[in-house]
Amino acid sequence: MTRKEILDWAFEVYEDIDFTAARTWLADHPGRKAAGYLPVYAPRELIRAAGMLPVGIHGGGENLEIIKGDAFYQSYICHLPRSVIELAQSRRLSFLSAVLFPSTCDVIRNLSGVWQLLYPEIYVRYLDLPQGSDPEIRAQFWKQELAALLADLEEVSGRPATAESFRDAIATYNRARSVIRDLYRARRETPWRVPTEELYVLVRAGETVPVEVFLDKALGYLAEIERDAGRVRDKSRVIVVGAFCEQPPLGLIKTIERSGCFIVDDDFLIGNRLLTSDVSTQGDPVENLARAFAGSTVKTSTIYEPDSEGKRRSITERVAAAKADGVLFASASFCDPALLDRPLLEAGARAAGIPCMAFKFAENTSQFQQFREQTGTFADSIKLWGGA
Amino acid sequence: MASADPQKPRVSPDDGSSKDRSMQLQKEMLGEHYRRLESAPETGEPVVYTFVPGNLTELIRSFGALPVLPEINALQSAMRGKSQGYIAAAERAGHSEDVCSYVKCDVGMLKAGNVGPTGTRLPKPDLLLLSYTGCFTFMKWFELLREEYGCPTVFLHVPYQGDGRQTAEQRAYVIRQIREELIPALARVTGRSYDEDRLRENLARSAAAENDLVAVLQSARKTPSPIDAYFGAVYYVGPIFSAFRGTPEGAAYYRALRQEVEDRAARRAGPMTPSGPLDRQKYRLVVEGPPNWTHFREFWRMFSDEAAVVVASTYSKVGGTYDFGFRHDASDPLGTMADYCSGCYTNLSLPARVGMLENYIRDYGADGFLVHSVKSCNSFSAGQLMILREVEKRTGIPGAFIESDLVDARYFSAANLKNRLESYFQMLDARRASGAPS
Ligand code: SF4
Ligand code: SF4
Repeated sequence: MTRKEILDWAFEVYEDIDFTAARTWLADHPGRKAAGYLPVYAPRELIRAAGMLPVGIHGGGENLEIIKGDAFYQSYICHLPRSVIELAQSRRLSFLSAVLFPSTCDVIRNLSGVWQLLYPEIYVRYLDLPQGSDPEIRAQFWKQELAALLADLEEVSGRPATAESFRDAIATYNRARSVIRDLYRARRETPWRVPTEELYVLVRAGETVPVEVFLDKALGYLAEIERDAGRVRDKSRVIVVGAFCEQPPLGLIKTIERSGCFIVDDDFLIGNRLLTSDVSTQGDPVENLARAFAGSTVKTSTIYEPDSEGKRRSITERVAAAKADGVLFASASFCDPALLDRPLLEAGARAAGIPCMAFKFAENTSQFQQFREQTGTFADSIKLWGGA
Repeated sequence: MASADPQKPRVSPDDGSSKDRSMQLQKEMLGEHYRRLESAPETGEPVVYTFVPGNLTELIRSFGALPVLPEINALQSAMRGKSQGYIAAAERAGHSEDVCSYVKCDVGMLKAGNVGPTGTRLPKPDLLLLSYTGCFTFMKWFELLREEYGCPTVFLHVPYQGDGRQTAEQRAYVIRQIREELIPALARVTGRSYDEDRLRENLARSAAAENDLVAVLQSARKTPSPIDAYFGAVYYVGPIFSAFRGTPEGAAYYRALRQEVEDRAARRAGPMTPSGPLDRQKYRLVVEGPPNWTHFREFWRMFSDEAAVVVASTYSKVGGTYDFGFRHDASDPLGTMADYCSGCYTNLSLPARVGMLENYIRDYGADGFLVHSVKSCNSFSAGQLMILREVEKRTGIPGAFIESDLVDARYFSAANLKNRLESYFQMLDARRASGAPS
């Protein structure tokens, strides 16, 4: 597979708002079922262990015309739920037998209820990820929640998870996380070789296909970039913070990178990188998943930060780890978790002398001129003065 | 939504809407509470900040600490015309215009010296008790306040009733957090040990007050209704939602209130409103969503001028859904607190909220149903259009949808609201004239 072939595949999957890859998998596997999940984190291992195909629902993006979705949401609510409802009301999600709604924010929480009312025949579950400061208490609660979820998924799929299916699911997602870490490392170290546009589309495509298909493409892509040293270029290195749920349009990602910045870390599709260590494949798989979540997740706006210095420190640590020159706070309009977190994160960055810039977007934003000017000026100011 | 006039002071609980004894009692209780808070740095009384939904006032008080509810400060600031300045200060400090205006009002008040709504200074918290019940913003709010106050924070995660109920495992999880995290944290900051007998006494007083409150709220089943269960209920639920659940003053307040309402019902009199006593009631409404606080009286008048009385509301259940049977149970102190937190209105699933509204419309003989959607609050607002449709479908009663905000006057457009309400009332008239069932 050439890099171009891999990217052609990824762009096709990314742009396909009919989820053809998932539908094809279902057609090829009679009797099997698919379970959707919303941002930011769902335990995909459980879905796979119960014999179902996990499918990430990250909104309709820039290509979906909203016809019915706007009738469900007021103007002061972010765009994501209206495009997700649009996908559902236009029957593009009709292949899903279950949908999981993680506790990312109250919009997604309440969307679970909208789903219950609109589609009573579909299995709907709100996933209340454990919050708090005691990892032991959180792990125990999460284990019980996961066990209940698993039992339900097994009923929906008609395929009880086995020790073997569980080990396979955990090991396969460990590999996927490891490959994504490698992709991010490659971009961080040599961003001229790994444009974020490509990295993003590849990872996003991976959310809607069987994970082994993603692994195959992602490993192919890594091999290709190893072969291609690329032309070293000098741009301002930025991390993009706040776009963990509603995803920015691809045009915005391209705009940032074409206006003199390299994105060297980001929050896009953060569920893939939420767990910071591998999940053990030995012993009780549900317990292992629970402990992995309760014990080691990245710091993000949707998870309580018990350490009073933690927020400020997290931003400076991220900047240091990415050897970044500055931070772009990019939040979806009306995104509570991102926008409520921004003052603390920004204060942490500014106190450390890190240049920052903030803007808002919607997944269907189509005019990028203003962003180009803003990020271009930001990149220039970093280059000229080392600060905005 | 269009911009409104600059914010002016609009109403206070003692503005003459009612001369009832309960109102006087409430005023005295609040005044005394804020005075104690002001002198807490001298008296050494510990102070615990917490939120209205899922507030564990009985537990806090059993440790001899005084509760502060930031939402109450925000709404009171708005009623006294102070919120706009606070919000502006917070936005200048980098807080987004998109987020909950309660948070910005609170942050702005803090930056302006933390002078509370009654003009007395609020003390710093000794503990932030982050009862994470029914609202994502709570988590961010106290992360922000912790930064400002540098005090300890203890977190209580109350699982959402996504499937319409609290499971045994979820209940055990909440109890465990109360036992292993909250109680030790309260003991540390207050220097007292856990006194279960005192807690039980508080819980027993809570249950008595809850009985009286439910009798008050359910009096609206009568025609005419002796209360307004939305605007008027804001005052009725004030003590039980804030610092006074489980206190002797709280219990006395609810006894007095119930007596007044029962007297009014016996006289077939309506509630006092900004348009005067509302004895002749033309429309009986159920309302979903919180009120606007910046123009509270003006907003209420849009209803009372049309002789519309609210007979049931969901907002009056954010601090507890007592009218569906829950009472604090002194025989099971930790379990009952877990049950209380789990059952607060914004912790209920959308189907459960729809069921509650449907129930209110039928039980209280309502002929109209209104959603007041506020920009600030995703917990309430996201999904309200679905709620509207579903309730209309189930009851056959057409609803109305109006929008403004809690404490940000920029989103209160009196003309738009008035027009919308007038057309709605006309539509209800037309339905009546056509003999449609109500
Ligand atoms: S974009 Fe933000 S507010 Fe909207 S659903 Fe996602 S996390 Fe919630
Ligand atoms: S978002 Fe809603 S429930 Fe949460 S603090 Fe604001 S008004 Fe209260």
